[in-house]
Amino acid sequence: MGRLEIHQELVTREIAEKMCEICPFHAISYDGNVLEVDAGCKMCRLCVKKGIPGVITWEETAEKEIDKSSWKGIAVFAEQEEGVIHPVAYELLGKAKELAAVVSQPVYAVVIGNAMEKAVKELMHYGADATYYYESENLEEFSPVPYTDVLEDFLEEVRPAVIMFGATIKGRSLAPRAAARFRTGLTADCTALLMKENSDLVQIRPAFGGNIMAQIVTPNVRPQCCTVRYKVFPKALRHSKPCGKFILRKIQDERIRTGIRLLRKTKKPGQIDISEAEVIVAAGRGIHDKKGMNLAEDLAEILHAQMACTRPLVEAGRFDARRQIGLSGRTVKPKLIITLGISGAVQFAAGMKGADCIIAVNKDRNAAIFDVAHYGFVGDLYEIVPELISLLGGGGK
Amino acid sequence: MRILVCIKQVPGTAKVDVDEKTGVLKRDTAETKMNPFDLFAIEEGLKIREKYGGNVDVLTMGPSQAEAVLVEAVWMGADRGILLSDRNFAGADVAATSYTIVQGIRKMGDYDLIICGKQTTDGDTAQTGPEAAEFLQIEHISNVLEIERKEGGRLVVLENQDDCVRKLEIPLPCLITVEKNANTPRLPSLKRALTEKQIEIIKLELRDLPDTDTNHYGLTGSPTQVERIFPPEKKETKQMFEGNAGQIAAKFKEILTEQKFV
Repeated sequence: MGRLEIHQELVTREIAEKMCEICPFHAISYDGNVLEVDAGCKMCRLCVKKGIPGVITWEETAEKEIDKSSWKGIAVFAEQEEGVIHPVAYELLGKAKELAAVVSQPVYAVVIGNAMEKAVKELMHYGADATYYYESENLEEFSPVPYTDVLEDFLEEVRPAVIMFGATIKGRSLAPRAAARFRTGLTADCTALLMKENSDLVQIRPAFGGNIMAQIVTPNVRPQCCTVRYKVFPKALRHSKPCGKFILRKIQDERIRTGIRLLRKTKKPGQIDISEAEVIVAAGRGIHDKKGMNLAEDLAEILHAQMACTRPLVEAGRFDARRQIGLSGRTVKPKLIITLGISGAVQFAAGMKGADCIIAVNKDRNAAIFDVAHYGFVGDLYEIVPELISLLGGGGK
Repeated sequence: MRILVCIKQVPGTAKVDVDEKTGVLKRDTAETKMNPFDLFAIEEGLKIREKYGGNVDVLTMGPSQAEAVLVEAVWMGADRGILLSDRNFAGADVAATSYTIVQGIRKMGDYDLIICGKQTTDGDTAQTGPEAAEFLQIEHISNVLEIERKEGGRLVVLENQDDCVRKLEIPLPCLITVEKNANTPRLPSLKRALTEKQIEIIKLELRDLPDTDTNHYGLTGSPTQVERIFPPEKKETKQMFEGNAGQIAAKFKEILTEQKFV
């Protein structure tokens, strides 16, 4: 850790202007006398690395060291709804095995629920060295505070170096509470994870709301917490026999305290779920009228594909929000995705780059989508798609 | 009822590029706007005030320019704004940000209801609200679709889940995050903008907060650290095709056939 030090004695107007210019967050200002870094600073330290040498420097401050060796293992929170384990847990377990192998540490799964021992035993086929199951009638329904209390119990007993959550609605509610209770870091929506030999987890995610990836670590606090979206990592292999230890924890009801009461639960009818789709046709801003929508829909029908879209099309009211791909929408991992008129902002790409085959159609040969696509077609979708539809034997309509 | 809505100023555009040669981040404009998700949070706060009385404060943390989003919220109908701004807050991650916001809340006194947007468009984490609730030691419900009613010291809300909607009762004080499109946010009133003589904005710096230890704020108070930033990787196996529509469509069909999609 450290801080920025400004060496005012080196500052001239010319130098100050250069320094102000270099900051991508416009957080450096100069009033004619004093060069200042304001609260808009994101500590990217580009002013130190790329600015005029010596004007702004990085001063390391002493760190309190923690005993990392007393925190061992990678834990996966396997969330459940009505006794069914969310499939993201199998993907997290696969990644956890990989990470744990680097440091030769165990993998743990933790389940919180009620009357679901069979589902927990099935989870044990996916390679965890120990599976903890916290059971109580009052834990059947997700509630942030009781679940955090239980996790606190688990984390204090097991002391894992890392705990991973699915970036689901429940995961995004629980993970921050658990992280805050341990005063530790939490990195959301990681798209890649690596393990250092000292058990520091390298967490990579799109950041700064732009075409940038950030590599994030939690070097001085344990446990390290992160969330990962569904369909980002491949599912762990299923072993024919259950692995590891099964540890049942019955929780006393008086230990579960919450003021929140469930009054009613209503199933949503006819869910649109693009995250399970095998083939997707995704529409972007290049589709700007009804005709374009019809073309995309016709192509989707021929390919038995689900329709999906980018954020602007949801904002324009052309699509249901549940069809949006990207950081503020869904993550998809289909066998094939065809993008039509999508420029490929990093938030969108983060939601689909795990697809096995990406085919992009865009007018602009420099569009970012071509950086993630396996096959890029430069041209007007309004001309290409009708031709393609007729070649595929559609277009009778 | 004392209501607080936490909001954020975000970049007006998501476009940031990395200069491949120098590795420097380039942001096209300095334009900023209110985080769009926060509009639903403000609207929900104003609706509750209309029904049950009380006042609505809005709070933000950021550079001094972030005052603009507080003013916008006041024009929408909020009573006053609170700006948490200090150089020591710079570089804060989720934990340090939530902690700073909670310090600001403690300074301002007891709120019955704290409302946040579901997430921001720049960080996209959806974590700051629940972390703040934990630091405040109050309960929270994320992804609220509607505050149905208040009954004594409790709220009845509808919560959005993946495949169901839950009707939940939660005691005050509490924190909720409001789902996108939960309501139709009102526009800032021009009349309000023109006639309000004085907009009340309370500015809080580190020295105004209950905890003035710089080690708990900004980068120093952040458990996570950004080690490096880099442009996203490019696929190496990509094939590009150009030509007239007929040629492209033929190639397109060839690939789909090869890959057994048709």
